[in-house]
Amino acid sequence: MNRAIVDIAAPLVLIAVLLAGWEAACRIMSIPSYFLPPPSEIAKAAVNSAPILFMSAWNTLFMALKALVVASVLACGVALVVALNQTLEKAVQPLAVALQVTPVIAIAPQVVIWAGLAHPERAIVALAVIVAFFPIFSGALTGLKSTDPDLERLFDLYGATRWQRLRRLRIPSSIPFVLEGHKVAGGLAVIGAVVAEFVAGSGGAQGLAWRILESSNRLQTARTFAAVIVLAIMGALLHAVLRYAERAILKRLRGR
Amino acid sequence: MSVASLAAVEVEYPGRGKALGPFDLAVAEGEIVALVGPSGCGKSTALRLLAGLEQPTRGTVSRTPGRGETSVVFQSPTLMPWASALANVALPLDLAGVDKDEARRQAADALARVGLSGATAAKPAQLSGGMAMRVSLARALVTEPKLLLLDEPFAALDEITRRDLAADIHLLWAETRPAVIFVTHNVEEAVYMASRVVVMSASPGRTFNITWTDPVMPRPAHFRTTLEFRSAAEAISRDLAASMGRAA
Ligand SMILES: Nc1ncnc2c1ncn2[C@@H]1O[C@H](COP(=O)(O)OP(=O)(O)O)[C@@H](O)[C@H]1O
Ligand SMILES: [Mg+2]
Repeated sequence: MNRAIVDIAAPLVLIAVLLAGWEAACRIMSIPSYFLPPPSEIAKAAVNSAPILFMSAWNTLFMALKALVVASVLACGVALVVALNQTLEKAVQPLAVALQVTPVIAIAPQVVIWAGLAHPERAIVALAVIVAFFPIFSGALTGLKSTDPDLERLFDLYGATRWQRLRRLRIPSSIPFVLEGHKVAGGLAVIGAVVAEFVAGSGGAQGLAWRILESSNRLQTARTFAAVIVLAIMGALLHAVLRYAERAILKRLRGR
Repeated sequence: MSVASLAAVEVEYPGRGKALGPFDLAVAEGEIVALVGPSGCGKSTALRLLAGLEQPTRGTVSRTPGRGETSVVFQSPTLMPWASALANVALPLDLAGVDKDEARRQAADALARVGLSGATAAKPAQLSGGMAMRVSLARALVTEPKLLLLDEPFAALDEITRRDLAADIHLLWAETRPAVIFVTHNVEEAVYMASRVVVMSASPGRTFNITWTDPVMPRPAHFRTTLEFRSAAEAISRDLAASMGRAA
């Protein structure tokens, strides 16, 4: 059989089998639907609330994307400055790590207060920026420092200035690492946005997290599941788009 | 007149002990010298000293070439993967502040001389190993260097490709006759390329023996089958084995 068909079919078959088992178990054991709804009910809930789930998904995605852009500019800028100065790098590195290892949920309540309770979307974007910053920053910094040593020697040999070295060698060398950083950051930005939405509660920002909270408070478990599935699909799509963009850019850069 | 020389140089790397020397080497104008020795004996280190890229721990390095008059070709082509062959070859001129159009023109000319006039727009990943090495050679020649340092440039190439490239390097060398130091661990390549072959001992490298070979360059056809070639290669092979403490 064709390899590509098998690659696509195998996970679909597994999912179908699991769903069938789930549906059968719910029916045979008469599990109450607020506790565990069967897949058919989740599908029904998804279809019924499709418009509102889409709107909410768009809200969350839009905030995550805004955060990704801000994080990208900030992280690349800081990495560039830091790469030029060893002392500065030593100074910034522990702060960057501290920022990365602190769970976003721990700082979310305070950031929500700082942003103003009337502007939850600001807090959401800010928190998503915080989680998306690190992978881009560390990717860019690693990339700026991982030039081929023989190419560095060549630049020494021809008496390149610091600026020539940065623009013509180190920045282009860093691009694959920067792209990889964006791929990771994209997923994290969505997670950051959702976590922040949970903490911010309703307010004006009606993202997917709010739909999940709302339906689980009302014991509309099928709708909760539907919202979670939309969230997962959204994350997967964003990842796929970023991965495609990464490959396309690298292909253009290297000519194949 | 020597273009560059090492006098009693020693190199020590922190925590690694001595990597080279004491070692002496001089290359005269228009001369091609080959440096042969076991891997790790300090051949690349010696080249970096001659290029002025590193300073010795002890001893003296003398160099006459000015800025931009030394070129190095490394074991791997060391091209910028994001830049076209033309942009890679133009790099030394760009860095020296040569006018952009003029740099492109000279780079195209250098690519034509190494037989790659059709590949100017290609990126390194689109080139074969031999072609990438030729681009690297064109980049080294585009500045018309007085001193050309070749660090095992053929090591990653197949036999046919390396023979073609060796013959072409002689033809290109004959145009401006720079001083050349050619590092290799292939004895026949050393005899073919150079009129003087310096065999180094195992790490830390010192001069083990020097063999003078036929000074006629470029090499005549069938040079590799001459008695002189064979006997020089055998003598150097014996030296190399002895320098590593083995019987030939
Ligand atoms: N930058 C460096 N730092 C520490 N040790 C080095 C460095 N460069 C080379 N060496 C060591 O010096 C010795 C000689 O290296 P090298 O000149 O590359 O040898 P060769 O080119 O003959 O194989 C080796 O033992 C190598 O490990
Ligand atoms: Mg070496």
